[in-house]
Amino acid sequence: MDIDLILRVYPFFIEAAWVTIQLSVLTTILGLACGALGAAARMSRLAVFRWIGAAYVSVFRGTPALIQVFILYFGGPQIGIQLDSFAAGTIALGVNIGAYMTETIRGAIVSVDKGQTEASRTLGMSRWKTMRYVILPQAMRMMIRPLGVNINALIKGTALVAPISVVELTYTAQRFIGSTYKPFEMFLLAGLLYMVIIYVAGQGIAWLDRRARIT
Amino acid sequence: MGLDFTVVPSYFGVLLMGAGWTIAITVAAGLLSFFGGIFFAVVALYGHWAIRLPFRLFAWLFMGTPLLLQLFLIYFGLIQIGIDLPAFVAGVIGLGLHFAVYNSELIQASILAVDKGQYEGARTLGLSRLQTLRYIVVPQAVRAVVPPMGNNMIALLKDSALVSVIGVMELTLAAQQAISRTYRPFEFYLAAAACYYVINLALEAGLRRLERRFQASR
Amino acid sequence: MPDTPFIDIRHAAKSFGSLEVLKDINLQVQKGQIVAIIGPSGSGKSTLLRAINELDPLTSGEVWLEGVQVNKKLSHSQYEKHVNQVRQDIGMVFQHFNLFPHLTVRGNITLAPKLLKGISTEEANRLAEEQLAKVGLSEKIDAYPSQLSGGQKQRVAIARALAMKPKVMLFDEATSALDPELVEEVNLVMKQLAQEHMTMIIVTHEMGFAQDVCDRVLFMDQGVVVEEGPPDVIFRNPENERTRNFLRKHLAAQK
Repeated sequence: MDIDLILRVYPFFIEAAWVTIQLSVLTTILGLACGALGAAARMSRLAVFRWIGAAYVSVFRGTPALIQVFILYFGGPQIGIQLDSFAAGTIALGVNIGAYMTETIRGAIVSVDKGQTEASRTLGMSRWKTMRYVILPQAMRMMIRPLGVNINALIKGTALVAPISVVELTYTAQRFIGSTYKPFEMFLLAGLLYMVIIYVAGQGIAWLDRRARIT
Repeated sequence: MGLDFTVVPSYFGVLLMGAGWTIAITVAAGLLSFFGGIFFAVVALYGHWAIRLPFRLFAWLFMGTPLLLQLFLIYFGLIQIGIDLPAFVAGVIGLGLHFAVYNSELIQASILAVDKGQYEGARTLGLSRLQTLRYIVVPQAVRAVVPPMGNNMIALLKDSALVSVIGVMELTLAAQQAISRTYRPFEFYLAAAACYYVINLALEAGLRRLERRFQASR
Repeated sequence: MPDTPFIDIRHAAKSFGSLEVLKDINLQVQKGQIVAIIGPSGSGKSTLLRAINELDPLTSGEVWLEGVQVNKKLSHSQYEKHVNQVRQDIGMVFQHFNLFPHLTVRGNITLAPKLLKGISTEEANRLAEEQLAKVGLSEKIDAYPSQLSGGQKQRVAIARALAMKPKVMLFDEATSALDPELVEEVNLVMKQLAQEHMTMIIVTHEMGFAQDVCDRVLFMDQGVVVEEGPPDVIFRNPENERTRNFLRKHLAAQK
């Protein structure tokens, strides 16, 4: 292993890791928003919304995220959407993971015992109040862990913006493999940084999960 | 520059061939990930510690890093140590190993969940440990994880698009070739997405049938 | 009757840490004999049964089957080979059946004969048909265990064990997990085996069955054989206070 080389190039990787972190955070926020909207649509009383929600999940989960990134970045300008690679990558990945999060959120809501709804409705609570005060607080707790799984996948998924030249960890590793011919060292350097990011995110999610379970 | 889908039909042949390669890669890597997953699971649970330890490290690295990064490692790493594999083979190995690690995690947990009575039933008949594993425990463990392994297969199909980045000819690269001639990325990536979607539907239907077939034998 | 017993258990003892579950047990069974072991749960009766085929090896003592020591002290690999060999001669039926859910009834019965006795598929199939006919389940040969009732599962489990042509059959509470109305069909199969003079050791909670079918009854409690004798004596006129107490409670509970 070429330690000298690693010491020389690691500042570039640290910088790239920072980009990966920004990508991850923004994608998570956008994904959660899309997921919440998607779940609401999927469970709507109106068939049109249910249909739109189902189509969103099916299309975005049924095609490669890489293609989605390409369509937005390369194809966007054709329909008047001109985005730089970072913005295009973030939006495409966020909307993509949102489709997965839709199912996670919906799954958690559906898993709340039906008796809870019946009890609330029997007390005279409206559909919305039942959801807001009884179902969601219970579902929230149950969705933290599976959302954590989505986020774990999403962090690794940010590598998909490397092909559109966002200078994040995988792109940086690829570039240095090309110039140094040391694939193993570059893999380890980028890989360890990914694992640190995933570890920290995992700890954060575990903390949230523990806190949610106290009450 | 607006949209013009009329250019797409003249590249049907290219896209179709790409789709064929995508299916070939998915099947080849899928088989590798299935048998590799079983092999890794058995090694991880019953192997000598000198094998288990490097395997744990390998699994840990593969589960904690992006597939694309792994593909770069395998493709360029193999060249580095003097093995110049065709891109297709490198892509299949990369995808296959990546998902083998995920399948292995599923199968390991599933093996540990096989009822103690099954070991007793088999051992009482006189089956050796290896025979018990081969004929009783592993088949049951694998059947129990058909649904989640199916999900991995679906993920594999979509992730096969990544091997275009190391130059493997498949659907995504086929679309890129058409784009380089027509400068119509939106149309051709959308067409490629539609192909993926159809293949995905077929795969999902196939997996559902498989699940149903194994229903009684669980 | 030959002088050396068919099954000979000498000074069997077993402990888990400081807990002694079997204390110096001696049991001789002649060929064709049917022995019932009764006793409260935790008495060690299942442990004793499972020691006979080395499922729960003894801490000390010896188990012999037809002049061959089952629990020989051997090197690890030799022990494995030896145990796999002798287990082929000892059929066992479990409380929870332990059928292989991924195999059909046919697959369950033919797996071990094919693997271990090297017989052909046709021969194994014939064997399966023959054994299934015996337990009255010929029509279920291609069913999966999940498609059978508890009683049917247990009858298949018996057929599976019999297909190995064992010298002795061990029954570990074979009917305890069954719904009451399914018990009889399994009992019938066991009675039929008794008429064919199969050597059997039966751990059971069913006093009526033990009384009808068995030549000898052992009452175990706290790891020792408290009393043994012919069923008429044990059930009608037990000498030991503990036996009387157990039977009184048990018979009351069964009513």
